[in-house]
Amino acid sequence: MSQHTGVANEDAITLSLEERKRVRARSWKLLAVLASTQKKMLVLTVVLVVISNVARVAFPLLIAWAIDWGLPQVRNGNWAALGITGGAYVLAAITAGSLLGWYILCTAKISQAMLLDLRLRVFRHTQRLSLEFHENYTSGRIISRQTSDLETLRELLDQGISELVSAGVFVAFTLISIFVLDWRSGLVVMIAAVPIWLLFGWYQKRSEVVYRESRVVSARVIGSFVETMTGIRAVKAFRKESINDASYSKVAGEYRDNSIRSINLFGVLQPSLVLIGNLSVAAVLAWGGFRILDGQLGVGVLVALLLATKRVFQPVENIAMFYQSLQSATAALEKVSGLLEEEPTVIEPVKPQPLESVLGKLEFKDAVFGYGDGPVIMDRFDLTIPAGQTIAVVGQTGAGKSTLAKLIARFYDLRSGSLSLDGVRIEHIANNDLRRHVVMVTQEAFLFSGTVAENIALGKPGASIEEIILAARAVGAHEFITALPEGYETDVNKRGGRVSSGQRQLISFARAFLADPAVLILDEATSSLDIPSERAVQRGLQTLLGNRTALIIAHRLSTVQIADRVLVVHDGHIVEDGTPAELISSEGRFAALHKAWRDSLV
Amino acid sequence: MARQQGHSPAAGTPTLRKTFARLGPFVKPILPRLFCGFLCALAAGLVALAIPQVLATLVNDVLHPEGKSSAVWYAVALIGGLGFLEALLVFLRRQFVITPAARLETQLRVRFYAHLQQLPVAFHERWGSGQLLSRSMSDLSLLRRWLAFGALMLVVSTVTVIAGLSLMFSASWVLGAIYLAGAIPITIKAFHFRSNYRAASRLSQDQAGDLATAVEESVHGIRVIKAFGRGRHMYDGFNSQAKQLRDTEVSKAKTLAGFILFVVAIPETTLGLGLAAGLWLTAQGDLSVGALVAYFATAMVLAGPVENMGMLMGMTLTTKTALDRHFEVMDTQNTITSPVSPVTPTQRRGELELRNVAFRFPDTAQDATPTLRCINLLVRPGETMALVGMTGTGKSTLLQLVPRLYDATGGQVLIDGIDVRDRDLIELRQDVAVAFEDTILFSSSIRENVLLGAPEYEKEKLDALLDEAIDTAQASFARTLPESLDTVIGEEGLSLSGGQRQRIALARAIAAKPRVLVLDDPLSALDVRTEEAVTQKLRSTLAGTTTLIVAHRPSTVALADRVALLKDGEINDVGTHSELLGRNEHYRYVIASLEDEESNIISLTGGTEA
Repeated sequence: MSQHTGVANEDAITLSLEERKRVRARSWKLLAVLASTQKKMLVLTVVLVVISNVARVAFPLLIAWAIDWGLPQVRNGNWAALGITGGAYVLAAITAGSLLGWYILCTAKISQAMLLDLRLRVFRHTQRLSLEFHENYTSGRIISRQTSDLETLRELLDQGISELVSAGVFVAFTLISIFVLDWRSGLVVMIAAVPIWLLFGWYQKRSEVVYRESRVVSARVIGSFVETMTGIRAVKAFRKESINDASYSKVAGEYRDNSIRSINLFGVLQPSLVLIGNLSVAAVLAWGGFRILDGQLGVGVLVALLLATKRVFQPVENIAMFYQSLQSATAALEKVSGLLEEEPTVIEPVKPQPLESVLGKLEFKDAVFGYGDGPVIMDRFDLTIPAGQTIAVVGQTGAGKSTLAKLIARFYDLRSGSLSLDGVRIEHIANNDLRRHVVMVTQEAFLFSGTVAENIALGKPGASIEEIILAARAVGAHEFITALPEGYETDVNKRGGRVSSGQRQLISFARAFLADPAVLILDEATSSLDIPSERAVQRGLQTLLGNRTALIIAHRLSTVQIADRVLVVHDGHIVEDGTPAELISSEGRFAALHKAWRDSLV
Repeated sequence: MARQQGHSPAAGTPTLRKTFARLGPFVKPILPRLFCGFLCALAAGLVALAIPQVLATLVNDVLHPEGKSSAVWYAVALIGGLGFLEALLVFLRRQFVITPAARLETQLRVRFYAHLQQLPVAFHERWGSGQLLSRSMSDLSLLRRWLAFGALMLVVSTVTVIAGLSLMFSASWVLGAIYLAGAIPITIKAFHFRSNYRAASRLSQDQAGDLATAVEESVHGIRVIKAFGRGRHMYDGFNSQAKQLRDTEVSKAKTLAGFILFVVAIPETTLGLGLAAGLWLTAQGDLSVGALVAYFATAMVLAGPVENMGMLMGMTLTTKTALDRHFEVMDTQNTITSPVSPVTPTQRRGELELRNVAFRFPDTAQDATPTLRCINLLVRPGETMALVGMTGTGKSTLLQLVPRLYDATGGQVLIDGIDVRDRDLIELRQDVAVAFEDTILFSSSIRENVLLGAPEYEKEKLDALLDEAIDTAQASFARTLPESLDTVIGEEGLSLSGGQRQRIALARAIAAKPRVLVLDDPLSALDVRTEEAVTQKLRSTLAGTTTLIVAHRPSTVALADRVALLKDGEINDVGTHSELLGRNEHYRYVIASLEDEESNIISLTGGTEA
């Protein structure tokens, strides 16, 4: 089987050896890249953790010193010793506390900085990915990557570093003290490393699969949640609630079972570690006990040895906890790094050709298009649109009109042949340049949460309110906007729920008007307008289009009347091309369409 | 551009006790298991404490150079046994607690989802789905962790601290009192900490929810963003929102760090004072050295639980605000429900009447003009009525009153003489089918999408229904898809063009076999030819089905027997298309652009058209 890259194999739970290796490496690499910007803070945190632990180790030593040295001093009437011992202890207390507080803050800063970094990376990347990708990768998945997966990483980052370092320091110090006391007992303790190692190996193998599954299942839970909430109207109108309840409780149940499985795996690991620790104590006791009988070992040394052995295993649990969040976070990073590995199919040029003033001449040469590896949609065509021409594209639903528009807007790239704007190949134009000069208004007039003014200003960030109002006036949207409760400052709410679809189209028209591009593409942009509004838009268009190149896709032939030229698209071919008058007088498809439309007006 | 949505600022936040008390009914059935888990945790703690003591006595009293080897075996067995017991208790603790906690989490999550599905459309318009999502996922998983770990350990730590304190008092009441005095500043600090941390954790949860909403919008609006090349702009917006969240999280951590600092430094400082006092007492002969050592041994043991209590308090507060967020949504009353005793119509003819219907969106100002003012309209059984009016006059809103997606704020909507609010909601929505203008299809096969609202027929009849609906809506392109009608569409499947989606949605409304069909400009994305074909088919399919259809074009109006003209929130006129053309100027303005366009076309075509 060939290697899967990106999100291609995202839902797989068990991976081939080779693939697993690649996916894991990809995740570690991402983690390393994220951590690399935090090097200084990381070092500082490690130092703070170490010092803080040392300060805490000092407490028992201080007490021993107070009793051994301070008490006789006080008994001899040296009252200053009271202040010295007590003061030293208070000093250590404040140091330990402050350092602890400090490193908690440092950890949070590192964790938040890395999360912010990753969050922005994922956002930027998903925005950069082509439409082709978004058409197959659901919004629920992206949301799940950005929320639940990042949450998992956060758990690791929030606690991981300090837990690992303080546990490591503690184990190291305690182990050394055991070896110093009696190296033979030290070796006995070291034997425990073997079962611990095996145990971790077992846990790693099992938990990896469970955590990977957890990411897949949680994405499914999130996906079905998001789909229901965004489509709530249809859910209600078609009484889908009970079906949804059943299927949601099924995926939520799967998620629960998965969580229980993962927690139970840890539930075996943790007590097993406790057991190994306690048995090691027993082993040291046996080994030491017999040597006491032989008189080879002092009683005091054995007590110290046993207590140290008991202590050395305490932080092993913390290490296990760290390991658990590491496994869980790695599974999440597998998914996130897969998403980041996706390459946009429409690629920004490395060395873009600068565009000075754009006239708007478009030229297709030997152009062939098909989605991905799919069948050819538009077969070998040439088309030249002189600057300033208004072109209407007509044809049946699915004939390829929108494809033509999407090619010019560079939502997709041609499979072969070329498309150029003012003689510059469109692939060589920087994305920002292209978007400034070529704007497309689509069928679905999506409004973002925010005010009406903000939504219009999307066409030209930083536009003044006067400019916004001017654009709204030009397309005939001003009247209804001022009638809204707060005029231009009205919040459009989620998905523009409060403005009608016709009004949404007017707003997106105003957006395009404000953008003031050299090439304007209107893909069914007036379908929901009533006739007077459409007429107003058309009047606006006539001034707007002026000397702009325009490509208008419309089912309503009323729009066609302002066009200089009509293209009839059928089955991926341009079958007719001429002025409206020419085509109407010929006997072709357009003439027939035109007749049908005129009949429909009566 | 995105901003805080929906959630009102925590007005009158409930107290900690009140919030957790609401969990009562859910926790009650699992309380015995939680209690067993608590006992295991406590016992495991005791065994862990006992092992070093036992070791010390064993080594001091049982093992000595002249002893027998059996004594060694005895000691090893004892320690091994205790060690095994500790591991077993730890294991049992998890076993007792994990499953019920995870079940509770899922139970609440499913209940939350079900509640959201019931809440009216008006609610969903106010709340971003990302915000709801964060409440359903992160908030509830916090609860699980708190229940399985936080609450348990908080109790265990508290018990340990109390036990330790009494040991200290038994060693020396003066020293005990000094240690306990440390509790005073900590309590004062805890008070501040509580309000600060609670506010910060609530803010961070809300911001995380809004961030999820922003992600959702950036994906759903990707076409517009790309078309205008506004990726940068969206990124800037997201960036500042994400940075706000980071800042909140860091300041939250700062609050926690300040508190933990206190919780660690204060007890240790009092120990420093205790040390001085202890030395003095011992020097005076009022305290034995043994008692002094015992006092500090206990203090060492207590350091861990005291620090944990600080952390766990933070966790408890975060869980509290998460629960508040959960209950905030759960407390939202569903305003659109079935009545207690629903009325079932005796005869279903499909007569639709709107009587003095008024509608005002719930959050608009009282003095603002309502969207619909006084609608009186009678659609006779089997009649097709077109609804015509300018963009934004409330046509779509009016349609949504019929299946009660919104409730009229005045007057009545009646089907067969019965107020829709007196009908069982499910039955009502069986009787009324809708095709929305912005088509919503679900991730399932075309067959399932189309038959979503269909009556429960046997398979052959369903197949026939499916065929009829697909043919009427001119959606036979679906048969040419890779897996024909079993092709999965919607977000997780094949993407369809706007016109294709609209036809599937139309087929879905037809297949529901309703008494009353409500269509919101269902042909807007179709080309003239397809529209004509659909119109012709619809006319015969709709015969006998009462239909209310929003129309913008004469071609759609052609479907209708009569037309109702909506103007300024009222029905301006009702009549046939030609009647209205003849007598109503506003109607001519809205629908009949013919003269105007005719002249244009004539000039355009050089007068070749007659």
